[in-house]
Amino acid sequence: MSAREEILRRVRSATADVNVSDPALDVPVHWRYGQPLSTPDVLADLVEKVEDYKATVVRVSDAEVGAAIVTALRGLDAASVVLPDGLPDEWADAVLDGGLAVHRDDPELSHAELNVIDAVVTTSAVAMADSGTIALDHGPGQGRRALTLLPDRHICVVRADQIVSDVPEGIARLAPALRARRPVTWLSGGSATSDIELSRVEGVHGPRRLWVILVDA
Amino acid sequence: MSPTRERLTPEPPSWLGIPPFPEAVKEALGKAEQRKNLRHATGTIRAKRVARADEVDNWEELRTAAAQIKDRVGRHLDDYLVQAEKAMTDAGVTVHWARDGKEANRIVADIAKAKGVDEVVKIKSMATQEIDLNEALEAEGIAAWETDLAELIVQLGHDLPSHILVPAIHRNRSEVREIFRTEMGTYGTPAPAGVSDNPEELTAAARTHLRDKFLRSKMAVSGGNFIIADTGTLVIVESEGNGRMCLTLPETLVSVVGIEKLLPTIEDLEVFLKLLPRSSTGERMNPYTSFWTGVTPGDGPQDLHVILLDNGRTNVLSDPVGRAALRCIRCSACLNICPVYERVGGHAYGSMYPGPIGAILGPQLRGLEEERDRALPYASTLCGACNDVCPVRIPFTDILVHLRHKVAEYKSSKHPTVEGGIMKGAGWVMSDGKHLASVQVASRAAGKLYRGKWIGPMPVPLAGRWLQARDVEAPPTETFREWWKKNREGGQK
Ligand code: SF4
Repeated sequence: MSAREEILRRVRSATADVNVSDPALDVPVHWRYGQPLSTPDVLADLVEKVEDYKATVVRVSDAEVGAAIVTALRGLDAASVVLPDGLPDEWADAVLDGGLAVHRDDPELSHAELNVIDAVVTTSAVAMADSGTIALDHGPGQGRRALTLLPDRHICVVRADQIVSDVPEGIARLAPALRARRPVTWLSGGSATSDIELSRVEGVHGPRRLWVILVDA
Repeated sequence: MSPTRERLTPEPPSWLGIPPFPEAVKEALGKAEQRKNLRHATGTIRAKRVARADEVDNWEELRTAAAQIKDRVGRHLDDYLVQAEKAMTDAGVTVHWARDGKEANRIVADIAKAKGVDEVVKIKSMATQEIDLNEALEAEGIAAWETDLAELIVQLGHDLPSHILVPAIHRNRSEVREIFRTEMGTYGTPAPAGVSDNPEELTAAARTHLRDKFLRSKMAVSGGNFIIADTGTLVIVESEGNGRMCLTLPETLVSVVGIEKLLPTIEDLEVFLKLLPRSSTGERMNPYTSFWTGVTPGDGPQDLHVILLDNGRTNVLSDPVGRAALRCIRCSACLNICPVYERVGGHAYGSMYPGPIGAILGPQLRGLEEERDRALPYASTLCGACNDVCPVRIPFTDILVHLRHKVAEYKSSKHPTVEGGIMKGAGWVMSDGKHLASVQVASRAAGKLYRGKWIGPMPVPLAGRWLQARDVEAPPTETFREWWKKNREGGQK
C-alpha cells in the first residue's frame, strides 16, 4: 500500500465514529466572517498601530508622494534604491532629481546585487488598521518577493482607500489574489526578534526599518 | 577501525538521554539559573498576552470558532487531505505522503540528492524537530542550518530546544555570547571579536553569520502553520524574516507539514491570524506572514514540495476524547502559563513538545509503551490555567485525566497494581457527576472525623509521595456542590 493510501486508510478508521458526512452539518462554526470593526477613525488607528512597531508613518497628499519618498530615503540614510515596475514615473523622477542611485529590476537583479542596495520603495495592496499590518500581493508597483526582502530599508506607500479596519476585512479583500495563486506577504513593522531574554531587537534578516507613506484621498 | 567521519553541523545531545519526567524534574529543579531565566521570560510574555487578548472584544467567540474549525478539519480529515492534495498539485507543488519520520526524512534527503545540494537552510519547525530531520540529513552528508535566532543558539550550543516558540528561553545573554564566540567561527562567519552580551550586538552577529548561508543556499526546508485545503495555499507566520529568506531565495523548497494543519478555506485564516500572534508572542501581529500557492514564475522557488506527515497523528485522531489535542496551533501560551513548566523548564518533558501540550500530545503521538510517555499525563497539577489560555480551547484537564486513566489501564493490563486500581477509581469518579457526588459524601464524612486537624503522611501509595512534601488540610465538611446549592442556586446570583 502506498503511504498515501495507508494514511488515508488510517484517517478513515480513526474517524469511524463520525457519521455525518457534511462537515458543516457535523460541526457548525459559530462565526460571521469578514466583519468590520467599528473603529471611529481607521486611518488614525493604522498610524497608531504601525508606529507602535517602531516604524515611521507620514501622511501626505497625492501630489507630495515623490518628495516624501526622497525625504524617507534621506531619513533612512539610504543612498541607493530599487524601484519595482509599475510605480508612477513621477516618483522615479523625484528620486533621480534627489540625486540618489536608482536601480530597476529589469533585467532581473541577482540576489547579491539586491543585497547591497540600501532600500526599496513599493506600493501595497491592503492595510489592516487594528493589527497595523500591511499586505503586499506582489502586483505592479510591489515587485517580486526578493525585492522587499534583501534591501535593508523598506518604504511603503499606502493609499487611504486601501485601509480596512481589521484582519477579517483584509482577508476578504485579499481572497481574490490568493485564489488567483498570487504570493502574498504581510508586514507588521520591520523584522524583529525577542529570542534573547525576550528583549525585542528590531532588525534581524528582513528589512530592518519600515517607513510608511500614507496618501490621503 | 573505520575512520569516523567529521560532522558537518554541531552535534546535539539526544532526547533519549533524558529520564522520565519525575526523575528529570529533580535535576531541573536544581538549576537555579535556568529557573530564574524561565520565570523572567514566562512572566513577561504572560503579561503581554493578557494585554493583547483583552484588546479584542470578541476574543471568546474567536476561540470558539477556532476550536470548531479545527474540529471540522479533524473529523473530516480524509476529505480535506484529498482536496488539499489536488489544489496543491494543480498549483505546481509535488505532494508527498509520509507515514512516519523515517519516511519523511528519506524524502527530504532524496530531493536534496537529486538536486545535488549538500546543505539546506531551515525555518524553525516543530514537525522537522519531531522527526529529527537535521540528524537524518547529517547522516546523509547534508548539512541542515537552522536560521531562526533561537534555533541557531540551540544548534550552535549543542543543546536541545526547551520551548516551542522561544527554544533558547532557558539561556541568558551571557550564555548566548559564549556560544556565539566559541562556535560561530567553526561553521561559518565568526562573531565579531569583542562582541558583548547586548542582545542587539548578538542579533547583528547572527545576521551576518546567516546572510552568507541565505545567499548561497539552493534548497530550504520549512514546516507550515496552515495549509488551505480549498486553494492549496501554505501559510508561515514568523518574526525575523529568516522565514521569508528561506521561502523566497532558494530554488527548491520542501515543506514538512503535519496532516492536521489544514484549514478549509482562505476565509478561515481571519480567525487564526487574530488568535495566533496575540496568544504566542503577545503582539497584535507577528512581523512577517507569507502566503504562497504553488509556483509563481519569476518569483520564489520554482520547485516546491510538500510532505504530508502522519507520524502518530492518526493515533491521536483515533481517540474521540484525545483528538482535541490536534487543534493545537503551536502558539505556546499553555507553556507560558503553566506553573509546572515555569519551574522545571522544557527539557524535563523529554521531547520537543514540552509543557501542557507536550503532556497530552506526546503520549498520544508515541503511545504508552515507554515509561517517559506514561509519566507525562502526570506532569500537571490539573490547575486548568492552560484550558483558559488556549486559543483553540483544548480541554487539557479532561484529556489529562483521560490519559491517566489509560496509563492505569495499560499498567494493570501488564501487571495489576494498587495504584492502577486507584486510578481506575479516579476515572470512574471523573466520568460522571453522580459518581463524584457519592465520593464526596464519603470525603465529607472523613472531614467530620478529622475536623480542624491536619492530615500527615497518608497510607495511600500514590498520594503518599506527593504528601511527603506537603501537609493537607482535612477535607471540608461540605462539598462545593452543596455550598453552591445553598448559596448560589435558587435566586441569588
Ligand atoms: S495547546 Fe493551545 S495554548 Fe498550547 S500551544 Fe497549542 S494552541 Fe497554544
